[in-house]
Amino acid sequence: MIEFRSISKRFDDGTLAVDDFSLVMPSRQTTVLVGSSGSGKTTLLRMINRMVDATSGELEIDGENVSTIEPVQLRRRIGYVMQNSGLLPHRRVIDNIATVPRLNGVPKKQAHERALELMDTVGLDRDMAERYPSQLSGGQQQRVGVARGLAVDPNILLMDEPFGAVDPIVRADLQQELLRLQRELDKTVVFVTHDIDEAFLLGDQVVILEKGGRIAQKGTPAEILAHPASDFVASFIGADRGKRALSIQTIDGAQVLVDGDGNLAGRLVEAGPA
Amino acid sequence: MNLFVDAWLWLADPLNWQGPGSIPVRIGEHLFYTGLAMLGAALVAIPLGWLIGHTGRGRELAVGISGAARALPTFGLLFLFVMLIGVTLRGPSTVFVLMLLAIPPILAGAYAGLEVIDRRTIDAARSMGMTEWQILWKVEVPLGLPLLIGGLRSATLQVVATVTLAAYVNLGGLGYDIVQGIQLRSYDQMLGAAILVILLALLFDALFAVLERYAVPRGVRAGRDTDVRTTPTGRRATAELTATT
Repeated sequence: MIEFRSISKRFDDGTLAVDDFSLVMPSRQTTVLVGSSGSGKTTLLRMINRMVDATSGELEIDGENVSTIEPVQLRRRIGYVMQNSGLLPHRRVIDNIATVPRLNGVPKKQAHERALELMDTVGLDRDMAERYPSQLSGGQQQRVGVARGLAVDPNILLMDEPFGAVDPIVRADLQQELLRLQRELDKTVVFVTHDIDEAFLLGDQVVILEKGGRIAQKGTPAEILAHPASDFVASFIGADRGKRALSIQTIDGAQVLVDGDGNLAGRLVEAGPA
Repeated sequence: MNLFVDAWLWLADPLNWQGPGSIPVRIGEHLFYTGLAMLGAALVAIPLGWLIGHTGRGRELAVGISGAARALPTFGLLFLFVMLIGVTLRGPSTVFVLMLLAIPPILAGAYAGLEVIDRRTIDAARSMGMTEWQILWKVEVPLGLPLLIGGLRSATLQVVATVTLAAYVNLGGLGYDIVQGIQLRSYDQMLGAAILVILLALLFDALFAVLERYAVPRGVRAGRDTDVRTTPTGRRATAELTATT
């Protein structure tokens, strides 16, 4: 469990990125922080592994205040996946994945074996182990990034817009892959995105942020969609337009659903047993 | 052309290749001062450049030093230091002046090599839990090596050429033959020695060119190859050409 208690962050240049933020991120669930740029979502994420230190307030992981943990040790316990993968360009895929275990003193052979297993886990062909990041596609690089994040089998996985830089088809693929991984691995995932569809797809808990890290609404995707807490949330999730604003039309006695753009979305049927 | 023939004869004369003050001895002296100055300069400039590149602090200082020091009149400086420090210590003062000449390019190469690395790569290394030392040695130094070697390369060329001046304070080197050649009006000796200096410079340049090439990490080189989009079209164009002929 990750708990933010009245966290604030003011950067050196005076900007208040996060203002009195409190939130509990339950263990073994995916919490998605979603907001536009300037909402402080990445700052909040980076506080968890102390890449950013809070100006005030307390952040605890399983009851342990992170400010008491040495940053390097803390970071080696937490998986981190970033946009553009952040792979080391001069190291092969297998060495990239094995980086943190090697830093922790795991023998090379063992670390490489584990890296190969992780390549299976994230759906990468083992043949790619000897390649360099620049020889991979964007989607493959992201998979390597995820494998690297999982290398020390961390309880917590931080993901900072990991699928932001790949094309929509690959992104959809990677999102499904992450859902599968999460079912298998049961990590506490903190996921940052500006894409509300991605947030609703992946999040057990979705936190919609306004400027300065103010929580506009938090809850399950269903709760948020059913009862947007404010006009801001409604407009952010697009509740009043596009494919989320469905209306019923009766055609020859049957009810069909039409979305906000006038396209047919489906047919209204009796709900089966949930 | 006669002059070049004379110079060649001077170079080919076996008498010039043995005994004290012969060509091998002069080359040895030349290389000795070059090596000493480069070593001293590298010991100062590389750590300083890496410090600046890693922390991002003092960048203006580095640019300033590099720019200003390039404008230093080496010859004047050499005499100034020999006068100030004393003729007995002319060896160290010469090496010191040569170091001043070599430091700017090495410093620039060292810090620029670190500065051009994608910040996201370094951010990723840090967020994985690398210590600052590990970031420096495992990420920044390997990725910055080609530019550092480029800096060493231009520094070496400048120093090799400038060691010639050491002869003016009676320290030998290939400059000795040039200075003596001027005084004795024996132009064959002067030109012969000058050619040797040029050859030494070219030799070092070639050596560093090879080093520079091998210093580019394989993954980075591999990326460059795939990034060149003209290659496939070029090949196709060639294939089409051969197909039609």
